[in-house]
Amino acid sequence: MAIDAATVRKVAKLARIAEPEARIDPLAQELTGIMAWIEQLAEVDVEGVEPMTSAVSMSAPLRDDVVTEGGDPERVLSNAPRRAGDFFVVPKVVE
Amino acid sequence: MSGLTDLTLRQALDALGTRKISSEELTGGYIAAIEAARPLNAFVLETPEKALEMARASDHRRASAEAGPLDGVPLGIKDLFCTEGVQTTAGSRILGTFTPTYESTVTSQLWRDGAVMVGKLNLDEFAMGSSNETSAFGPVVSPWRRQGDDAPLTPGGSSGGSAAAVAAGLCLGATATDTGGSIRQPAAFTGTVGIKPTYGRCSRWGVVAFASSLDQAGPIARTVEDAAILLKSMSGHDPKDSTSLNTEVPDFPAFVGKSVKGLRIGIPKEYRIEGMSPEIDALWEQGIAWLRDAGCEIVEVSLPHTRYALPAYYIVAPAEASSNLARYDGMRYGLRVEGGNLTETYEKSRAAGFGEEVKRRILIGTYVLSAGYYDAYYLRALKVRRRIADDFTAAFGKVDALLTPTAPSAAFALGENAEDPVAMYLNDIFTVTVNLAGLPGMSVPAGLDAQGLPLGLQLIGRPLDEGLLFSLGGAIEKAAGFSSKPARWW
Repeated sequence: MAIDAATVRKVAKLARIAEPEARIDPLAQELTGIMAWIEQLAEVDVEGVEPMTSAVSMSAPLRDDVVTEGGDPERVLSNAPRRAGDFFVVPKVVE
Repeated sequence: MSGLTDLTLRQALDALGTRKISSEELTGGYIAAIEAARPLNAFVLETPEKALEMARASDHRRASAEAGPLDGVPLGIKDLFCTEGVQTTAGSRILGTFTPTYESTVTSQLWRDGAVMVGKLNLDEFAMGSSNETSAFGPVVSPWRRQGDDAPLTPGGSSGGSAAAVAAGLCLGATATDTGGSIRQPAAFTGTVGIKPTYGRCSRWGVVAFASSLDQAGPIARTVEDAAILLKSMSGHDPKDSTSLNTEVPDFPAFVGKSVKGLRIGIPKEYRIEGMSPEIDALWEQGIAWLRDAGCEIVEVSLPHTRYALPAYYIVAPAEASSNLARYDGMRYGLRVEGGNLTETYEKSRAAGFGEEVKRRILIGTYVLSAGYYDAYYLRALKVRRRIADDFTAAFGKVDALLTPTAPSAAFALGENAEDPVAMYLNDIFTVTVNLAGLPGMSVPAGLDAQGLPLGLQLIGRPLDEGLLFSLGGAIEKAAGFSSKPARWW
C-alpha cells in the first residue's frame, strides 16, 4: 500500500519529528518501498494463531512495593539540559 | 613485551595467573595498539587512564590472591552499555553529553570479575544497522581488506566496533548486543566468534533499548573458549530486568572441547536461498562434513516460515523502537533544541538528534502502530512471529542444534548497500529468525573466501542450550583451524 505525503506528515507529527518539506516525498517513497516488501506477510495463514508478544513465556514477576532507591536529586538531575535548583526546566506547558 | 596483544583471553588469564605478565603491562600494550589503530574508528571513546587505574587495582588483587575469573583482562564495551561516569552515546547525537550515573548490570558483572575497560566501542546508531554506517560518529572500517584492494570494507553491524576491535587486536574481547544479528553478522565478517544467548540470559538493565522483546547482550571474542568465559560472567538473573531468566548459569567454558558424537544436527532447507554465493554454500557443506566427521548425525529439517522472518522483524522491531525512543525528548537528558513551544522543542530536538535510518524506523513503527493499521500489520506480525517460533520447536523435536551460514555474503564495501534499505536488511536473513524465537545463536569463523575475507557458520540451539553450542562451536573451530588475522595496514 502506497504511503503518500500526507501520511508521512501525519506520522512524523505523531512521532514528534520535524521533517523538512524536502524530505517528505523521498520518505514517502522509501516507506512505500519498505511496506510493499512487508506486504508478503499477508500470505501467511495466521488463523487461530496466538500473537507472540514475548520471546519467553513467563508471567511478570512481582516485587515488594517498597522504595529501593531515591533521595538523590544530584544524580537524577546531573544530565539535565537545563535545571534550576532541584528542578528540570522545561518549556511552558499551559499557556 | 612483543606478542602481548597476540594472546587469547584464556592465554592472557594463564599468564596473569602465573604472574608472567601484569595487567598493567597487558593493558599498556592494548592502549598502544588502540592509539595506533585510530584509522579504524572502532572507538567512540578511549579510556586509557581508567584502564590503567583498573589494571593496577587488578594487579593489587592478584598480589593479595583475591583475583576474579576475568581479573586484569582488557575489554572493549559497545557504547550501548551505560557506564557510570563515562559518556554513553548509543552512536547517536541525541544523547548529547549524557553521562550515566549508574552501571549496566552486564558491565558491572565484568568489573565484579576483575575485567579492565579500555574504551567505548562504535556502533550503528541505537544498534539500527548492519554495516556501522548509521553511527553519528562515522563508520568503523574493517581491519580486513580484499586481497590486492584498498577499498574500505564494513566490519558489519551493529556491533561493528566490537568485532573490528577484537579482530584487530585492540582488546581481548568485547561486549556486544544482538537484536536481529548484530553480534553474529559482524563476527562472521571479521573472523571472530560471537554468541547471542537465549533471550533473558543476560540482563538488559542499563543497555540502551532498541527493541526490548528482541535485544540480547553477548560477547565477541577471538576463540570459542574466550566467548564462553565472557558469557559466563555476563549472564545471570537480575531482578532489575523483568524478562531476566531466574536460572542457573552453567560453567560454559567446560563445554568447549566436549565430544559432540551422536548429536543430531539439523540443516534447514529453506536457508538455501536463491542467489546465495557458491562460496557460502561450499562453506556450509564443509561445516556439515566437519560435524559428520566429529560423529554428528546430519538431518534435513524444514523451517517453512523462514522467508517471512525479515518482514515480520521490520514490523516488530520498529514498533518497539518507536515506543522505546519516545523517551528522547530533550527534557531530562541529552540534546535539546529550543522551539517556540513544548511540541516544537520535541520536534526540533528529535529532528536534530536522530539520524536518517533511526527516523525511518521510528516512522515505520509509528505507522504500523497507528489507528487503522495495528491489526493489519503489528498484530499480524506477532502471529507470524509465533509461526516462526513454532517452526523451531518442531525442528528441535528431531535435532539437537541447527547449522546454517551466518550471513549471505562476506563483508561488503562501505557505501555499497547504502542506497536501498531493503537490500541492507537482507544481511540479517539467517540471523533474525533466532531473535524472533528467542533462541541462542553463535557465529564461528570457518574459512576465507576467494578474496581473502572471513566467512562464518551459525549454530542455533534450544532455549538455554548455549553449552551445546560451545561444544559444537569448539568442534568446528578445531576442524576449521581458522587462524587468519587481518594484515595490518593501519
